[in-house]
Parts: sequence; C-alpha cells; structure tokens
Amino acid sequence: MAENAVTPIAPAAPPPAAASARAAPAKPAPALSVAPGPHIASGALTTRRMMLDVILAALPLLAVSVYLFRQYAVFQIAISVIGALAAERFFGWMRRRPNTLGDLSAAVTGLILGLSLPASAPWYVGVIGAFAGIGFGKAVFGGLGQNIFNPAMVGRAFVMIAFPAALGASAYVAPTLGVDAVTQATPLTAFKMMGSVAALKPLFLGMTNGSIGETSALAALIGGAYLCWRGTAAWRIPAGGILALAILAGASDLTGGSPWTFAHHLSSGAFLFGAFFIATDPVSSPLTPKGQWIFGAGFGALVLLIRAFSGYPEGVMFSVLLMNSVAPLINRWTIPTPVGGPAPERK
Amino acid sequence: MSSESSTVLSPPGRFAGGVHPPEHKELARHAAIEVLPPPAELALPLLMHTGAPCQPVVQPRAEVVYGALLADSDAFVSAPIHAPAAGVVQREGVATLPNARHVKTIPLKVGPHQMAAEELMADMFGGEWPEDGIADVAPEEIVKAVRAAGIVGQGGAAFPTHVKLARNPKKPVDTILVNGCECEPYLTADYRVMVEAPAPVISGARLAARAAGAATIIIAVEDNKPEAIEALRAAAAGDVKIMSVPTRYPMGGEKQTVRVATGRTIPTGGLPLDVGVVVINVETAAAIARAVWRKKPLTHRVVTVTGGGIAQPKNILAPIGCRYADLVAFCGGLKPEAGRAIAGGPMMGFALGDFNAPVTKGTSGLTVLTAEDVRRAAETPCVRCGRCVEACPLDLMPTRLALAARHKDWNLAKRHHLMACMECGCCAYVCPAAIPLVQLIRMGKVQMMKEVGK
Repeated sequence: MAENAVTPIAPAAPPPAAASARAAPAKPAPALSVAPGPHIASGALTTRRMMLDVILAALPLLAVSVYLFRQYAVFQIAISVIGALAAERFFGWMRRRPNTLGDLSAAVTGLILGLSLPASAPWYVGVIGAFAGIGFGKAVFGGLGQNIFNPAMVGRAFVMIAFPAALGASAYVAPTLGVDAVTQATPLTAFKMMGSVAALKPLFLGMTNGSIGETSALAALIGGAYLCWRGTAAWRIPAGGILALAILAGASDLTGGSPWTFAHHLSSGAFLFGAFFIATDPVSSPLTPKGQWIFGAGFGALVLLIRAFSGYPEGVMFSVLLMNSVAPLINRWTIPTPVGGPAPERK
Repeated sequence: MSSESSTVLSPPGRFAGGVHPPEHKELARHAAIEVLPPPAELALPLLMHTGAPCQPVVQPRAEVVYGALLADSDAFVSAPIHAPAAGVVQREGVATLPNARHVKTIPLKVGPHQMAAEELMADMFGGEWPEDGIADVAPEEIVKAVRAAGIVGQGGAAFPTHVKLARNPKKPVDTILVNGCECEPYLTADYRVMVEAPAPVISGARLAARAAGAATIIIAVEDNKPEAIEALRAAAAGDVKIMSVPTRYPMGGEKQTVRVATGRTIPTGGLPLDVGVVVINVETAAAIARAVWRKKPLTHRVVTVTGGGIAQPKNILAPIGCRYADLVAFCGGLKPEAGRAIAGGPMMGFALGDFNAPVTKGTSGLTVLTAEDVRRAAETPCVRCGRCVEACPLDLMPTRLALAARHKDWNLAKRHHLMACMECGCCAYVCPAAIPLVQLIRMGKVQMMKEVGK
C-alpha cells in the first residue's frame, strides 16, 4: 500500500534541493528494526489458512451429508467439532500452553472425525473420539506438528474399539432414524456380506449409505481438487493413492477377479475422502515429493488389501494409521540429493 | 531487426523451486542514473572484496588525485583500492560493514575541485567502446588491467575478477556468462546499466571472453526487463547471445543462472569454473571495458536506493566509500513509515543498524522497507507441509536443516546436506508457520563448521 503511494520519478526530474536535504538527515527519525534476512515473507499461506482451506474444501461433503442424513449429520459434526475444541483447550490447559484454538487445527480434527462417523452414533462417541484423538493422537506427542498419527483417525480407531456396536457395520443400518439413506447396508458391507454390487452412478454421486462424509466421490473430488490447487494438500498423495488402487484393482479386474471393479473401489467407501482429506494431513505424511508418492501409493494399496482380504469391509482408517507410522521412515529414505550432488566432505 | 544484431535466445535449462516475491521494481526502474555529488568525506574499506585485505600505499595527509592508488596487496586473491575523488588522505579509520564485519578504512577528505557530473557519467558509460581490435589485446594484458583497476564481482560476492579471468590450463573456460538477472526484488541498478549503457557491458563481456579463452558469450536477463533485453540486443552483434530467462528468484544465483543459461550443473561446493563457465555481473563487465580501454580503475558504482520508506527512489552513480547516509539524503530522506533499511535487496540483503557504513564495490543497493513490509506473523510449529522443500532451488529439506541447526544435531544436518545450502531464503519466504528457516540454517552452518568441521 505504502509503496504504491510513491510515484516513480521521471528521468528528467530535477534533483531535489540536495543541500537542504543533507543538512537535515532526519527530523523525528523513524524507528528502524534490524533482523536477519529475508526481510519479506510471502504471507500467502499460513497454518491457519491451510486449516481454513480444509474446512472450505469440506463444504461439498457437508452439503451431501446434510442432504442424505439431515439433522444427524449436523449433530455428529457439531458434537465432534465442539468435542475437539474442548479437548484442545483442556489438554492445552494441562500442558500450560496458550490458547491454540485460533489455528483451527483442532476444528479440522473434529470435522474430519465427525465426517467419518455413522449417522446413528450416540453423542458420546463423537466427544470421546475427539478427546482420544486430540489427547492420545496429538497432545501427548507435544501438540500441533509433533504427532505421528492423524489425530482424527486415532480418535476414530479408539471409539471403534471402545464402542464396536456403535461403529460396526450394523450401526450403519438404522431404519429407526427415519432417514432413507440408512435403511440399507453400506455398499461395501453389502458386497462383502452378500456379494451385491452397487450401481456406479449412485456410488459416485454419493446417494448411498456410509459414514456421513464419505459417501460422495464427486464431493470429495471437488473439495480435493480445491485443496490440491491451493497447495494445502500435497497432490502427490491422492495421485499416488488413486494410481495404486486403480492399478491393483484393475489388474485383478483383468484377471477376471471380482465384480467389484476398480471403478467401484475408487468411488466407494471413504477412499477418495481419505485420499484427499485424511492421508494429506501434512503433519503425519512425508515431506519429500518422492516420499509423498510412496505414501500415497502405500495408502491406496493397503485400502485394497484390507477391503479384499480382511474381515472389515473398509480399510481407509487402518491404511492411514499404518502409513502414518512409516512416514518418518519414508522421509528418511527419500532425502533428495541436492542439485550438484552431496556436499563434499571437508578435510 | 538488422542482420548483424543478436537475436534473443531461450534458455536451454531450468531449475526447480524458487519463489516469486512481488518485484516492486516499478519504484526505481524509470529513474535514470544520477551522479551523487561527492560528499565531504569518503571512507574506503581496506577489505571490501573476498580475499586478502589491502595495505595502504599512501600516508595520511597525502594529497591524491582522482583514480590514484590508495591501497594494494601482494596476494593473488585481492583487489587494489583507488581514490574515487581528488582529496586528502586522513588517518586510518574503522567502519562496520552491513555484514557486521569491522574493517579498517582509508578516510579521504574530498577536495574542492571535482569532475563534473556529466563528465563522470560520460567517462563511466558514454562515448565509443571499441568493437574491433579485441583480438589484438593479449589475454594477459586484460587480466593485468582488470587486476590493476581493482575490479571485483559487483553482484554482491565481490570476488576479485582477475582471478576468474586468468587462464587455468586445468580448468578451460568455454563460456562467459554475463549475469543481468537482477532477481532481487526492488533493485534496478543492473537494469539501468543495461538500458543506459549496453555498449560497455558488451565490450567488457568480449574482453572477458578474450581473457578467459571462452568462445561463447551469453548475457542472461530475466524476462521482466524487456527494455534491457532489447537495448542489449540492439547493441550486440551475433557473437554475443542475449538470453531471456524466466523471472523467478533466485534466478541470478550463480548456480541457477549457469544451469538455466547453459544447462550445466555446478557441483555442490564447486565453482562455475568447474563446468567451464565464468559468470560476471553486468556492471563488472562494464568496469572491465573501462579498465582496458580507458585505463580507469573501479571507483564508482551504480546503486539503487529504493523501497516504500524512501522519499524519492533513485539509481545513483555513487563513489565507493560514500556513506549510506549520503545516499538517503540525496533521495530526499526517509519517509515516516520506514521500518527497516537493508544493504542490498530484501531477500539476501543485510539490515543496517545505522547509515554510517560505507558503500563498497559489492553494494548493489539500499532498500528501505516500511514497517508494514517487514511485519511478520508470530512463529508457529512446523506442520511439515513441505512448502520449503518445494521452494528450495537446491532440492534440500529446509525444515529438517533448521531442526538440526536448532538442536545442534550435526548428524541430522549432514544427512540432509546442510553445507549445500546457498542461503537464498526461499524457504523462510514461503513458510506458512513463519519459521526463520534460512536464519537457523545460516547459524547452523557456522556452528557446525566450528564444532565439527576443520
């Protein structure tokens, strides 16, 4: 703003009264600060802005979830977010830390957790999940930036074990709620149990049952594209995940494997939601470009393995947590060689 | 387009990473070079180049003429110092350079009879610059003239130029690369020299090529300076290739310019010489031409005084040894919103504690930013977003290096190639958590050298 106020002087501009200017070096001298360079910063992206981006990117998911699950979506997300904010403040207080709610990272954890819950979960599931996620997932490691595992997934894993009935496959079928979407089993469960193959179009659009934020592949793609365009999510992670899942599932299709084709795999369950919104959590994913490819590919491959060979219909949560645990190793394997080669040893 | 003119080439190489800070070159780009009237006193640092410091060859109270030799050294890597004005030598003084180094100075009380501004400009940049006859000048003569004129790299590092031009049978040179990128935001000194005086730049480039035995001459200019590219193209013949390179900081860094303009990669810890290239700054090239054709030493240079905190941004032909205060006064003083004064540009320049430091041969400008410009958000924890890794032009992992430096973990530092960092500052510029990455890395490099390196 200030620099625009200065008009560039024309080449022909007469020199200012140099003598008088020199006689008075500075009247009330402006206070000049000293610091090591660089003296300017981009400011285009802050941690808070990255978190805000995630919230903005989740809007299409929220819209679909509210359309499908009505007040239950609002309720799950609200209690998860409020629980996460309360947990952040509580553990911050325990650790004698200043208020960090403003960085919005706890809000994002709560949002992701809420989106990953079934509509029918009782209120305490979201709250306990949020406290477990923020507490065991983040605070015990030293807070934001220090955690190994994605806090939202730690919270979800905790409540999944603590309340199997509230989060198991049967919990997704709750005709008593009076919402159309939850009258049938989720597409992945239906396939696993009964071998019934869902139609691709409703799978892609998300007109199916599932965790409240996961159903629409389209909404996840829209939000994910925004995240990658903003640079908030490392695009290599979802790209690696999608490629790995598509190639592995496609190979099995070619060998005449399963009626659940690679297109079903890509658009069903929480895969795209996880690839764009969960696996891309920067704290718990690798830093290096090569590492991000490996991480993404590992995530996609694990999702397929768990879906195909385990007792669980879906494997996004486990895949994220497993890959989180090896992210530090991946970082270490993929340290890039500097341009011009490694620094020579000094003698 | 005349048939003998040079054409503008596209670069054969590229570098990954880098940043696009707002350029703000509009502040000073239209300000034609003005001559700073000689201030009452100059202070010439005995060490303003890379290498051995000079020893005075004049006694206090000696009267010297413009261009007289004031100090010299027997060392090969050094550059003599000459009087930018006629005057009387004072007793040895001390100055603190912007990089916080304390150096001895030769103060010079400037006499009443000085060259007129127009005459000085004409002598520096005007008149005819021979295009023919370069082949008749012996390479050793050029090196000798460059040494005698005290020419150092004027892009900032201030490495003595004759050392780079002297032929070394073990390291043959095939390319002279004149660096006109000026990728630092705000600065326009090189730009003005290219626009106003392309002839000496081109002549100097040819002389450098003759001295070093290079067959190829490339002048690389960022594409945000089309006027400079056009001026050089019009003034050059086919033997000098003008190259338009993308505008991206740190394009002007030696490693980046060489990679982009020649496609060659300088090994870590090595020099352009290792890949057969000698890089010289545009103003250095002009100084070479002046030293050879006019037998004039390096006594003045163009500095940009700019930024939102300066009343009238200008490009100034200033005598070496004038104080920053003289520059500020000539530009109408500081504006009330001035918040930080920087020797050089905002990315790699040094903040000034006061304006008493002298302008040296390596000073490219004075950027006065406003308090608003330099306001930084509070530091928050690293969320490992990898922005610094993406921005690093050398493919390093700045956040890991900063972590290693903070904890003095030299094994971690080595594993991540701490010493390869060139300190361009792209990482700190982009960091969303406002972590002073390059500042920590810089400190880490020094401490690691002290503690483990010998």
